[in-house]
Amino acid sequence: MKQRIIDHPVLGKIEERKLITFRFNNKEYRGFEQESIAAALLANGVRTLRHHEENGTPRGIYCNIGHCYECRVAVNGIQGVRACLTPLQEGMVIESGGRLPTTVRDWRSEDE
Amino acid sequence: MNKVIIIGAGPSGLEAAITCREQGLDVLVLDEYMIAGGRLLGQLYEQPDGTWWNGLEESKIRYEKALELGTRFLLNTPVNNIVQTNEHWTVYTDTESFTAKHLLLATGAAETPVPVPGWTLPGVMSVGAAQVMTNVHRVKPGNRGVIIGVNVLSTAIAMELKLAGIEVVAMTLPVNSQVTNESSQPKEVMNSLLHVSHMAPSKFIKLGSRLMKNDFMKNMGVTFFPKTGVKIWDIPIQLRKAVVEIYGDNEVQGVIVATIDSKGDVVGGSEEKIKADFVCIAGGLYPLAELAAVAGCSFYYSEELGGYVPLHSERMETNLDGLYVAGNITGIEGAKVAIAQGKTAGLTIAHHAGIPGLEKDIQTSIESIERARDKAYIQFHPGVKKGKELLLAEWQNRLGE
Repeated sequence: MKQRIIDHPVLGKIEERKLITFRFNNKEYRGFEQESIAAALLANGVRTLRHHEENGTPRGIYCNIGHCYECRVAVNGIQGVRACLTPLQEGMVIESGGRLPTTVRDWRSEDE
Repeated sequence: MNKVIIIGAGPSGLEAAITCREQGLDVLVLDEYMIAGGRLLGQLYEQPDGTWWNGLEESKIRYEKALELGTRFLLNTPVNNIVQTNEHWTVYTDTESFTAKHLLLATGAAETPVPVPGWTLPGVMSVGAAQVMTNVHRVKPGNRGVIIGVNVLSTAIAMELKLAGIEVVAMTLPVNSQVTNESSQPKEVMNSLLHVSHMAPSKFIKLGSRLMKNDFMKNMGVTFFPKTGVKIWDIPIQLRKAVVEIYGDNEVQGVIVATIDSKGDVVGGSEEKIKADFVCIAGGLYPLAELAAVAGCSFYYSEELGGYVPLHSERMETNLDGLYVAGNITGIEGAKVAIAQGKTAGLTIAHHAGIPGLEKDIQTSIESIERARDKAYIQFHPGVKKGKELLLAEWQNRLGE
């Protein structure tokens, strides 16, 4: 958790919280229980949360308040979960979505 | 059944919950975030009297007080829809629905996105996202950042990042395009910057803000704004440069900036790279009012208030029975105004719920909103007072019809 801010000149030392273990894309990480999945991953230096379904470009958090849906991941097999709004729990298995095998077809030229 | 449902556990929602509970009403508060406090959570700035406004602590105090008074909270619970039926409001969430006679929308504000080429790269985030990561979750968004968008919010957050030991190498504008509009116009930005001048130790900004009282002087200010920028808290602010692209292979590696003229157009051949491992985009805040729209509220557009807001009375009533608003859904202002509005909404709800003798308290509370507005340390729009007056005039006007 190299990106964690331990001491802060105004907010003081970071609150002692329960550390738990979780998995992201088959790798084990540690984070604080009940913090957001997005915060736990960012603290571990993980920024890419998924790859775009159509063009495969990497994506991470953008708004951090649940509106942009850029941070969606699969949690314990459930897809489309927003990492920024979901509290981290012991043993969670989190996976990135990736580019889908079939490209999205552009129907317009056929219809026009 | 609940007497009162409050959507949003930010400063206004929490204060309204406390006020309603003190009047003995049953209160349920819903919020989609996992921590109560809303946008108050990340706030951290030094006040004129030298004390710090610590939003995390302020949120905790109000949340715990509301809990002690017996408020029910459902955090991590997004609301999808609200419907009025038989003089009751039904509030729909992913898992259940709730009904109440009185419903307060305290949904707050969200940030306007500013699309810049490369903005989907991991490491690019809204400035509010960086604030919450830093001050609430205590995670660095990166080690070396560039902030695109120079406004009240981004200036305050730049200082907060610095306070946490995160380097901000530049604050600059987005390149002029159809979608960036005024936020890429140096003159408009200079105009809005004048309202943070009291926070700035930089002599240039302080002196400049006194000189630039009219448009002519503002234009001159932009024209003569040094190309290397000025520094606030040691962060270079560049109004003569704009980010034309965010680059990086699989995540942010930096930005390409170019010199712009006073109209915001790029001077060809002036492009240069600035290395960074994160980028914040700051497009300013707008009232988060979708639920009011879904409910069928009358709306009013006000540039001074940050966009479309539900038409409302000074007692925080909307034109729909049993539906109230408080906080940034009524216009973009600071947390202290939101708190005063939450109290007023709480008292108004208690009054409509049949509790007698509150008229004097309501009037006092309305006055305290005005006082909080007058004393506000951070003003998001210089014309907010005028915006509120026009909105109230429109309310009275339509009420008379």
